Amino acid sequence: MLSPSRPSSTKSDSTHTSPAINDQYSSATGQSHLTQFWAFIANHPKSIAAVILLISMTLFLTLNVNGHWDFALPLRGKKLLALMVVGYAIGVSTLLFQTLTHNPILTPSLLGFDSLYVLLQSLLVFFLGAISFTSINPIAKFTLEIVLMFGASLLLFQLLFAKSSQDLTRLILVGVIFGVLFRSLSALIARLINPDDFVVVQSASYAQFNTVNPQLLGISLFICLISGWFIWRWRYQCDVLMLGKAQATNLGINYQRLAFGLLTVIAVLVATATALVGPVTFFGLLVCALTNRIARHMYHSERLILVSLVAMICLVLGQTVFEQVLSMAGVLSVVIELAGGIVFLLLIFMTQRH
Amino acid sequence: MSLFSHRAHTSVKESSSLATASSSWQKRASNGLSLTHRRAAIPPWLMNTGSLIIMGLLVLLSLSIGVADFSWAGMLQSVISHSANSDSSLMLVSRMPRTIAIILTGVAMAVAGMIIQVVLKNRFVEPSMVGATQSAALGLLVVSLLFPASALIIKMGVATIAAVFGMMLFMLLIHRIPPTDFLMIPLIGIVFGGIIEAVTTFIAYQTESLQMLSVWQFGDFSGVLAGRYELLWLTGGLCILAYIIADKLTIVGLGDNIALNLGISKRQVTWLGVGMVAMMSAVVVVTVGMIPFIGLVVPNIVSRVMGDKLRRSLPAVALLGASAVLLCDIIGRTIRYPFEVPVATVFGVVGTVLFLWLLLRAPSER
Repeated sequence: MLSPSRPSSTKSDSTHTSPAINDQYSSATGQSHLTQFWAFIANHPKSIAAVILLISMTLFLTLNVNGHWDFALPLRGKKLLALMVVGYAIGVSTLLFQTLTHNPILTPSLLGFDSLYVLLQSLLVFFLGAISFTSINPIAKFTLEIVLMFGASLLLFQLLFAKSSQDLTRLILVGVIFGVLFRSLSALIARLINPDDFVVVQSASYAQFNTVNPQLLGISLFICLISGWFIWRWRYQCDVLMLGKAQATNLGINYQRLAFGLLTVIAVLVATATALVGPVTFFGLLVCALTNRIARHMYHSERLILVSLVAMICLVLGQTVFEQVLSMAGVLSVVIELAGGIVFLLLIFMTQRH
Repeated sequence: MSLFSHRAHTSVKESSSLATASSSWQKRASNGLSLTHRRAAIPPWLMNTGSLIIMGLLVLLSLSIGVADFSWAGMLQSVISHSANSDSSLMLVSRMPRTIAIILTGVAMAVAGMIIQVVLKNRFVEPSMVGATQSAALGLLVVSLLFPASALIIKMGVATIAAVFGMMLFMLLIHRIPPTDFLMIPLIGIVFGGIIEAVTTFIAYQTESLQMLSVWQFGDFSGVLAGRYELLWLTGGLCILAYIIADKLTIVGLGDNIALNLGISKRQVTWLGVGMVAMMSAVVVVTVGMIPFIGLVVPNIVSRVMGDKLRRSLPAVALLGASAVLLCDIIGRTIRYPFEVPVATVFGVVGTVLFLWLLLRAPSER
């Protein structure tokens, strides 16, 4: 903690001592200030993250507006909201997935879940045609997609974990290849449909943070609130779940029900994030690795909030910097993939070392 | 030299004195060999003749499929009368170069996959999983941006050097990974390739050359005409070189100690292999673009049937690789006639399905 009494006391001390010692003292106190400052930051990750998020939100809304407030604010406000929804969805779904699978390397997108969503979308366009695809009520369409996504991800999860739950490397590799397969299938479908329909699929299959889908904002916010309520109720059960399946069952957790519930939430959140910005492979991994580093303990009550904040900061601040400062609006997704890929390799090499 | 005999090869493995020290590659190899023993082994000549016949049929099919009007009768007439007509010029300018390009690409990618599997002693790698093709594309992009007017051969040279560097970096990365963890290497390779691809995309985005990049990243034969594919013949030469040094490669694949014992310089053969793979990848990326998973799937299927002696299996690998790409290109041309689906897209689906089958079938390590 920063206490206001410390500096004054050292100052009063220094009046009695020689200049040399005084120097030494002041440098020592300066250092201790710094360490205190770092300790303060380390002890309050949530509030610090919240402050940084507020600053980046303000920057995002106000930078380079040049007086056109009535035009810029609603536009940027919508984008900001969408980015925050995406940050929350990706961060929380990845964290819960890691809790469910007891592994800090696995993420839903690494195992092909978001490519699965893109594939489902392509299949819908393929069977319904773009005209009816775009003319359906977006909320009804989204609900249909989420239901399909839930069923498909349950199947994928079963397939992955029934075959190779023991061998982690094989599991990740199979998941990654499933992701490639889903992407190739979407690409193939994209080639088989009309050029008009192709545009619809194409826009869904690349990650873009500077153009988000505003139609889905309302329902996404609703999903966030509902899922947040559920997750917050499960936070202690999730802590117990981290002990392992056997321990958790022993301690009175209804494992099947909790796992089913978590998987539902994960599927819905992945679908939401992918619908808004498209598939991002390594973002969840990146923010979860960051969160696990700065969190004081592994309790979900802390990490769930922290991971949402960190993910939102990454997206909002990153988009502000790239869009307003460097004027490279479309690059953020590439940079995130790059950083996330490097983090993934580092995590792998670290687990290898142990 | 009893090591080259098939039976002696297996008996060495079965004596299990070496098994503890052997790498995953050899374990899978011995597995494949014992498989051949249980099944009625197909003699190599039968297999190769069969593949050759299948490939010949596919070549004929590939030559006769296309949007433009073409008849074999007109072609025959032109040959008999020694005069060019529309059929023969179509054949010479478009159909024939395309089919040759497909065959050369298929052969090159499959043989390159086999070489890199032997050099890294890992069954589940291929040029696009060790960063070779992605680095080649990066090098190509950089040289095209800095010196847009340079000749194709220079661009290819730069791409080759970039591919060698990419593979060196990858080999440095996986240096510490124990060989028993054999699935870790393809996993790292995929992510490594993704990182290089992200860097390339970033550069391309900044310089507004994404379209140029997408030509190299998605293998497609629709742009192949006479005069635009001849560089691919280089890979044919490299494949012949691979066949010449096949025995050395086989020995290096058996393990460091055995290679040393038999007087083969592992370092020399490894560098030769890396250089060849880099050059093949670079040529294919320059002329038609990346086609993933051929180099992985084809050698795996062949070695399940024929074992790992390269002198015997390399022709089969080459033939099967060519047939696979021919088949996928024909599918791509007919599935949405008269439009074309790039061969990389078709093989992306076929190849991943086959790879998943290989992965889920392979027993987990104990």
